[in-house]
Amino acid sequence: MDSFDIVVIGGGPAGMAAAVAARQMGIEKILLIERDRELGGILQQCIHNGFGLHHFKEDLTGPEFSERYIKMMGELGILSRLDTMVLSITRNREVVLINSAEGVNTVKAGAVILAMGCRERTRGAINIPGSRPAGIFTAGAAQRLINIEGYMVGERIMMLGTGDIGLIMARRLTLEGSKVIAVLARKPYPGGLMRNVVQCLYDYGIPLLLQHTVVEILGKDRVRGVRVARTDENSLPIPGTEELYECDTLILSVGLIPENELSLSAGVEMDRRTGGPIVNESRETSVPGIFACGNVVHVHDLVDFVVEESEIAGKGAARFVQLPVEKKVTSVALLPGTGLKYVVPQRVNPAKVAERLDLFLRVNRVYGPSCIEVKEGGEVLKKVKRPRMNPGEMERVRIDRNAMETIKGSDLTVEVVEVEG
Amino acid sequence: MKEIQREIVCIVCPTGCRIQVSGDDPQALTITGNECKRGEEYALKEITDPRRTLITTVRLHHAGLRRLPVRTSIEIPKRSIFPCMEVINRTEVEAPVEIGQVIISDILGTGADLIATRSVARV
Amino acid sequence: MFDVAVVGAGVIGTLIARELSRYRLEVALLDRSNDVANGSTKANSGIIHAGYDADPGTNKAKFNVLGNPLFDELCDQLDIQFNRIGSLVVAFNEGERATVEQLYGRGISNGVAGLRIIEREELQALEPNLDDAAVCALHAPQAGIVDPWEIAVAAAEIAAENGVEVFLNFPVEDIDRSAGPFRIISQGGEVEARCVINCAGVFADRIHGMVAAPSFEITARKGQYFVLDKSAGDLINHVIFQCPTREGKGVLVTRSVHGNLLVGPDAQVIDDKENLSTNRDRLDYVRRSAGKISKKIPFNEVIRSFSGLRATPSTKDFVIEESRQARGFVDVAGIESPGLTAAPAIARHVRDLISGIMGGLEEKKDFNPLRRKVIRFMDLPDERKNELIRKDPRYGRVVCRCEHITEGEIVDAIHRKVGARTVDGIKKRVRPGMGRCQGGFCGPQVLRILARELGKNPTEIVKNECDSYILTGSTKYGGIEEQVHGQF
Repeated sequence: MDSFDIVVIGGGPAGMAAAVAARQMGIEKILLIERDRELGGILQQCIHNGFGLHHFKEDLTGPEFSERYIKMMGELGILSRLDTMVLSITRNREVVLINSAEGVNTVKAGAVILAMGCRERTRGAINIPGSRPAGIFTAGAAQRLINIEGYMVGERIMMLGTGDIGLIMARRLTLEGSKVIAVLARKPYPGGLMRNVVQCLYDYGIPLLLQHTVVEILGKDRVRGVRVARTDENSLPIPGTEELYECDTLILSVGLIPENELSLSAGVEMDRRTGGPIVNESRETSVPGIFACGNVVHVHDLVDFVVEESEIAGKGAARFVQLPVEKKVTSVALLPGTGLKYVVPQRVNPAKVAERLDLFLRVNRVYGPSCIEVKEGGEVLKKVKRPRMNPGEMERVRIDRNAMETIKGSDLTVEVVEVEG
Repeated sequence: MKEIQREIVCIVCPTGCRIQVSGDDPQALTITGNECKRGEEYALKEITDPRRTLITTVRLHHAGLRRLPVRTSIEIPKRSIFPCMEVINRTEVEAPVEIGQVIISDILGTGADLIATRSVARV
Repeated sequence: MFDVAVVGAGVIGTLIARELSRYRLEVALLDRSNDVANGSTKANSGIIHAGYDADPGTNKAKFNVLGNPLFDELCDQLDIQFNRIGSLVVAFNEGERATVEQLYGRGISNGVAGLRIIEREELQALEPNLDDAAVCALHAPQAGIVDPWEIAVAAAEIAAENGVEVFLNFPVEDIDRSAGPFRIISQGGEVEARCVINCAGVFADRIHGMVAAPSFEITARKGQYFVLDKSAGDLINHVIFQCPTREGKGVLVTRSVHGNLLVGPDAQVIDDKENLSTNRDRLDYVRRSAGKISKKIPFNEVIRSFSGLRATPSTKDFVIEESRQARGFVDVAGIESPGLTAAPAIARHVRDLISGIMGGLEEKKDFNPLRRKVIRFMDLPDERKNELIRKDPRYGRVVCRCEHITEGEIVDAIHRKVGARTVDGIKKRVRPGMGRCQGGFCGPQVLRILARELGKNPTEIVKNECDSYILTGSTKYGGIEEQVHGQF
């Protein structure tokens, strides 16, 4: 059985950044496994720009960002196996892989870094009733077909969901000659960045219908229309408000789900709120030596934060491999309180925080001027002000070492406190 | 310039001020609703000379890939977007391609080059 | 000129065709659709019933009880998965106990062995996630689960291997027998046959009406279902029924043979036999009704919902007989539940009918009842996997990540007789698209593989029927089109 110091699962930005960080810490034997025919992950099909503004201080497209890391991987001589699928991982960090060249084999890993990314929520999962014709695509699948395979998916498009992927695809489809009839958002506000609403919808005169949703799909063999209804304050369709929109395609941009089958196979404990593994400040999961980073932990908005998180995981995995096994370390939980959908990491060993701890969180609704407070019991460890927050934009709260040192050992809570007036 | 009355949503920072621009003299437009100078500059540019980066793909041959992702090297006038798409759609590229390689130089006189955003090996 | 034309390539028609292909007969198998098993066969509960439900003395009871024991050998020959997990008809209050006892008695009358009424304590031990209100249940150990379309696909392949000619996209528009044999007319062509077997599902009355005065009417009753992720599959261990009502067996919960959880169906009479849409209020009803069985059904793990039509006969029983008005025309109609269970027994009986009509049948010496074994790659031991990959590297490429299906298996499914030519055809035969990503990941790859193996442009590949195009063309319209072969 081949063995490696670190095995990274997933060759997108998360996997590559983690592998590079581990190599820079001096780890020699690293193997990165990627199921597609080339590295880059989802970035290869994200041909638009906006990547790397923080990390490289440049405005790059997905492929350009990806190529930087592919070059780094090459320069650092990090081994990768492409067209290779990981079938399972054990708690003992044995990784079973399969590819055409080598067949099925198992490799032993000193540490494993999970970087499998996420999949898209489907029509079936959100239960849109109606017929089941051809012409229904998730935005990412359409993106792959258009940008990589070079095919058009439809001529008259209706889109449900205003996350960034959907907004970007509305523009892409229009540029390639499709007519995007309307883009619908269940909520009273769009899910993606305002920049994208302006540059993808307003720029092209594509109607944005807030507080609307698709309640039925029509068409026997191919989509021929959708019934659209207005939604109420709970984002549920209001009966009697249905209108028919004729179209030949429905694109769904209704959410991303971290892809954790392999994590489950390794017995990793999951956080229901994020859909990903519970991780600590080094991005180690509940299984010693198994780390996780990127969209597999929680769905990110910016690849720059993915890379940051992945470097933490890469370094964490490197330390795990390099240092002798430690006695049990005490960690405390970081619990999402009022106003929070989730916070990552979910656990922290205060003694192991070097300079600072970055918390990444999402709020559960739109907030006006408010504060994010990190508390132990009644005591506030850290408080930051925000003029506005919404679930579509991940927030970062930085807690420096001094504040960490005051932790007495009970669980921490992170919550939103609205500011009066 | 004709008399205009428009609302621009500023995208410079997450605040997203709704900026009202009115007037008929491009040197002396009335701009209100912005909370900072950057917003005022953005709104002015959007009214007088809106520009965008154009990103798309182009046909590729002799590669394991059918399409090459490309971008304009600098922003181009908004009104040039679809005319440029026509030119790009008629363009054929052969691998190998180097990232940053100029595919079309000074596309439609915009001053922007159309460049490859990835490298592709020849097959 | 064919000896027999079978109209309808669902589970009934394909099993009959397979049965007939054993004999020296020229057999044609016709279907209106672009693939076999595109009607009711593809959208039902997939349950092999024990046989206590149907009224004694009916065809339903007779063929159910005859059919059930045939499934082990059948599924072995067809090389498909079948699992006798047993069923429970549960009484959720003492008032329902009488129904359970009545079914027990009926089962005995129908000749069903091994039935037991089990009480609360044993019931809870067998099914810990069953609702607390359950007081007792009828346990039938011989009930089983199967993916019904797999039966039809396999049977069609075997039939074709043994000489049956399959005509797809052949909607029967008229049947003329003015000149003696049956002239079966479709828009695209004609087929002549001495005998016709009418297995046309919800359209059986329409087909019958082409040769004889109506002797039965088929009402379509729609049933809607939820399919839940495999992670929900071990919620329950048996097929769980509620007590039946006049409407039918009611909403059930079962695991499927591949490990998903299936919840449904409701029952709704519909006029438009082409209407297969699901609707919100019916699905809500299914959900509420299933709540009686268990409050723990994880509806947040639903991966899709679908609907199917039952062919409900006005005679209230299966119509399996030669038409008195049209000699040589055999109706096999109204095959609603327990039609799937009855299917292999019906096939044998119809063979006997045909034998009677034709004055005896001669067996073929070279008939092969077995389907060439299907490689279920992930079930093989590692050494076999590697051997296979060395011979054919396509088995080393996993295309469907949710179900771990390899390119080799997909290619094989395309090149068998009556093989997959569509995306749904691949889904039926090898499962990509059945998993939690619902084809999001594997879709583009499946499409590419189909195009390559069939020598078509990807834009020609359809989802299911001929008009269900997926791609509308290439990007960069108005340029030079590449040839398929150079790119894929």
